[in-house]
Amino acid sequence: MLLITCPFCGPRNESEFVYGGPVKPPRPDPATRDDAEWTEWLTHVPNPVGPVEEQWWHARGCGTWLTIWRDTRSHDIVGAPHDGG
Amino acid sequence: MAGKRLAKGGRIDHDRPLRFTFNGRAYSGLAGDTLASALLANGLRLTARSFKYHRPRGIVGAGVEEPSALVELTGADAAGNLQATTVPLTDGLEARSVNCWPSPAFDLGAVAQLAGRFIPAGFYYKTFKWPNWQLYAPAIRRAAGLAAAPRTPPAEGRYEARYGHCDLLIAGAGPAGLMAAQVAARAGLRVMIVDEGTEPGGALLSRRLQIAGAPALQWVEEAVAELAALPDVIHLQQATVWACREHNYLMATERAPERPGLMERSWRIRAGHVITATGAMERAIPFGNNDRPGVMLASAVQSYVNRYAVLPGRRAVIFANNNSAYAVAADLLAAGGQVVAIIDSRADVPEAARALVPQLTVRAGHVVISAHGARALRGVRIAPLAGGPEETLACDLLAVSGGWNPAVHLWSQSRSTLRYDEALAAFLPDRPAQAFSAAGAAAGAFALEDALRSGAEVAARIANVAVPEIPDAQDLPYAIAPHWRVEAARGKAFLDLQNDVTVDDVHLALREGYSDVELVKRYTTAGMGIDQGKTGNVNVIGTVALARGLEPGAVGTTTFRAPWTPVSFGAIAGMRDGQLALPWRHTPVTQWNLDRGAVMYEAGARWRRPGYFPRPGETMQEAVDRECRAVRFGVGVYDGSPLGKFELKGRCVGRFLDFLYSNIMSSLTPGNGRYGLMLSDDGLIMDDGVCFRLDAGRWMISTSTGHAEAIHSHMEEQLQMRCPGWNVLITPVTSQWTNATICGPQARAVMEALGTDIDLSPEAFPFMSLRDGHVAGLPARVVRVSFTGELSFEVNVAPRHMRELWDRVMEAGADFGILPVGSEASHVLRVEKGFLSLGHEVDGTVDAHDLGMGWVMSRKKDDYLGKRAVAIRRAGSHGGAGRRELVGVLPEPDCPIPEGAPLTPGGRREATEGFVTACVWSVVQERWVGLALLENGHARQGETAYVRLKGGAVIPVRVSAPCHYDPDGQRLRS
Ligand SMILES: [Zn+2]
Repeated sequence: MLLITCPFCGPRNESEFVYGGPVKPPRPDPATRDDAEWTEWLTHVPNPVGPVEEQWWHARGCGTWLTIWRDTRSHDIVGAPHDGG
Repeated sequence: MAGKRLAKGGRIDHDRPLRFTFNGRAYSGLAGDTLASALLANGLRLTARSFKYHRPRGIVGAGVEEPSALVELTGADAAGNLQATTVPLTDGLEARSVNCWPSPAFDLGAVAQLAGRFIPAGFYYKTFKWPNWQLYAPAIRRAAGLAAAPRTPPAEGRYEARYGHCDLLIAGAGPAGLMAAQVAARAGLRVMIVDEGTEPGGALLSRRLQIAGAPALQWVEEAVAELAALPDVIHLQQATVWACREHNYLMATERAPERPGLMERSWRIRAGHVITATGAMERAIPFGNNDRPGVMLASAVQSYVNRYAVLPGRRAVIFANNNSAYAVAADLLAAGGQVVAIIDSRADVPEAARALVPQLTVRAGHVVISAHGARALRGVRIAPLAGGPEETLACDLLAVSGGWNPAVHLWSQSRSTLRYDEALAAFLPDRPAQAFSAAGAAAGAFALEDALRSGAEVAARIANVAVPEIPDAQDLPYAIAPHWRVEAARGKAFLDLQNDVTVDDVHLALREGYSDVELVKRYTTAGMGIDQGKTGNVNVIGTVALARGLEPGAVGTTTFRAPWTPVSFGAIAGMRDGQLALPWRHTPVTQWNLDRGAVMYEAGARWRRPGYFPRPGETMQEAVDRECRAVRFGVGVYDGSPLGKFELKGRCVGRFLDFLYSNIMSSLTPGNGRYGLMLSDDGLIMDDGVCFRLDAGRWMISTSTGHAEAIHSHMEEQLQMRCPGWNVLITPVTSQWTNATICGPQARAVMEALGTDIDLSPEAFPFMSLRDGHVAGLPARVVRVSFTGELSFEVNVAPRHMRELWDRVMEAGADFGILPVGSEASHVLRVEKGFLSLGHEVDGTVDAHDLGMGWVMSRKKDDYLGKRAVAIRRAGSHGGAGRRELVGVLPEPDCPIPEGAPLTPGGRREATEGFVTACVWSVVQERWVGLALLENGHARQGETAYVRLKGGAVIPVRVSAPCHYDPDGQRLRS
């Protein structure tokens, strides 16, 4: 049972959230990508051993979609890598 | 009769006898007894038969470590596979042994013992492998004879669950736990202290020690009283912390909460910090026939003598490799017991240990080779460790101490690491992975003063206060020379008594290549079962270490998993059983439906809807036909309330909907709507529904009943994560709008009879438009959509008006023969029309083109969710060749086809080329009609395809357009 910090509600139990998968790069403008690039963007989901940025929906709370960095080895919620975490 | 009750002493009430039965015979115990201590006090030795070999077994331990004395409770407290050592004795308790029939003394299964040497480790896996293990497992498990789960829930009482929050959770109220709780609570921390024993004190309850010059239990009493007076301390007894999950989330079960009618209470606790003050457990020493009733853990003997005032045997021998057993010998003597000798495998016994029992014979450098006696211990054979002459000592009790294992289970469940400590010959907590600390014996601080200091220091560090003065506490320092097994052992030397795993089994596993300790565990089953190998696991590691020439630390431990002790399912569920676990969602006319004898279905998302309304003597098919005819030829009404509904508001809604739907919604004018598909970005159909514009900035959309939450999540995700700054507000209004959908050629007449201020003419109120007004005097939003193919008015009102609306519709419709329509008829009507149903025709592979709905895929929009993916997929399949496409099917000869039946080329036994998604009796065609997904189906209309049923029967079907009725849609537009 992870403890996830919602920016509006504070730390809340995982059971209040719906998992939304790892964060992918921003959706590109389809006009600027060929088929292979688009397929790559569409189907390549980050799945690292270690910190991964994830989306969670605070469905049984305020309704915010938020992101966290979770270490897949430990379930620890960690700082974003560029924050020096 | 070996054991006996002492005249005084212990933590029991000598003046309060309790009656109980064991294997059908009546006995008497005392208040404060466990079932095990009462059995020993009655002189019972043989209490169970073992799992695999049906060997006679007695009581070995005194608590949760007990491997062998398993019982089943019957009567009001029925429960299976309990340890006799953890069952508090109550008046009228009825218990019986497991694994033996008809009684442990005369056990028919004991013939298995004769075949014992033919049942080595892995025997079952090797023997019962064809065609598969699952075929044999039930019979083998029955023969093994562990108790079955009670067939019915307890007649009285209930469970509950609650959350707990604290700065510090302490597992264990022994000396270290209580000391830590005192320090932390005095510093102002919110503390929970949770202990699984019937009373606090931990190991102190079983020992005769002093703290600050007074009996240790007096210190315990004072500490508990001080904690009870503090406002932010929760102290639970008979409560086990049995699991640690992520981020210091712990599960605990209170087995005897003080509330009438409450059997157990489950706690889910989020703790800022956790201290495991869970103590340590003694391990056995493997030697020949070390499972004979009368061979016990030395600490258990001490517990029975001091805590329960029971002498478990008349003539005791003690076999040890460490100091702790010397205190046991001293306590046995003090209680009037006889101790023949202490057999110590160490050549050099520390003087401090000998000084505890100067009058006793100590056979240093000796070991017990084997135990004698069949159903009860009669003597032991001893020999010098280095080899030499053997001798026999007569005894009826052997107290064994192979050393101490800190209870690191909870610590390890938190993924915190362990290290092997040479000096203590034990695995100790090493590096914490969460906010965890260990204290007392659980951290290897075995002597009392060390345990107290460890508790104080750990708590002081967490609370950020100075370490207080530690009270004086004399205890013998711990010292051990590990002895993993007796080399010269004769007879089976058991490592795991519960699963009948011997030293030989471990050696066999190693010979067969299962060298990793996790594989040894799985191959031999050592450490599985109710006790999870609490007494034997480290001996298995030691045995592997000896055989492989490694240090125990290099062998490592198996993974510690929850639960630490068995947990009842009832406690986990709490009050969430039946309706509370998965509540139904009802509309305001549910009761009306039930009153009319509706057969209720789940309509998705836990909504209860009527399936059909059978009349007396009517079959389901007859009822469904009647309801369908009403809609096709007269008028029907259904409750469409469960459909998902959302209102979207804001300047950017049109643009947002154009991104979500495959067709264009932004061009709708107020009052008008459109059917649309929502795709995921990988081009799969997520949902279908209608979208209406209410005014310039407000829109209303519907989703299928079962997808409402998923579509809500999807829309919010797209809005918040992909469209930041867009002015859109999404409000779910499924429960704010309920509706009666009046459908059929007479629908307009019924609407007129109801009375409305809305102009109902097709010119003023055409198909796919929406009008706000009043119906039957109630404020209503009327929508002209149709899921049946007939003229329909969906009359939406607030839930508080729904029941009145429904009654008025039935009254107004009576002259027209209106009938309520269930979901079975709705299904028939939509199949006749070739309308989609998600989950039937849409299965995660088809796209809009396959469904003949290419028109819904906008070519004008540059981009929308799924557009690019569908284009790429269709380009990759050469414009869609070979795809399964939606068609109608007409069985020839006319007969029903089971939903999901495969279509194969020519009906031959070949790979399928599609399947029938639905098949219904059509009241307008008066024949069976169906829908199917068929390879290249669009081009095959007019041809014959073939359904191939299981068993080989073939049904030819004529391929047609999906719509079997009114293909131009004149009726629904009328
Ligand atoms: Zn929130």
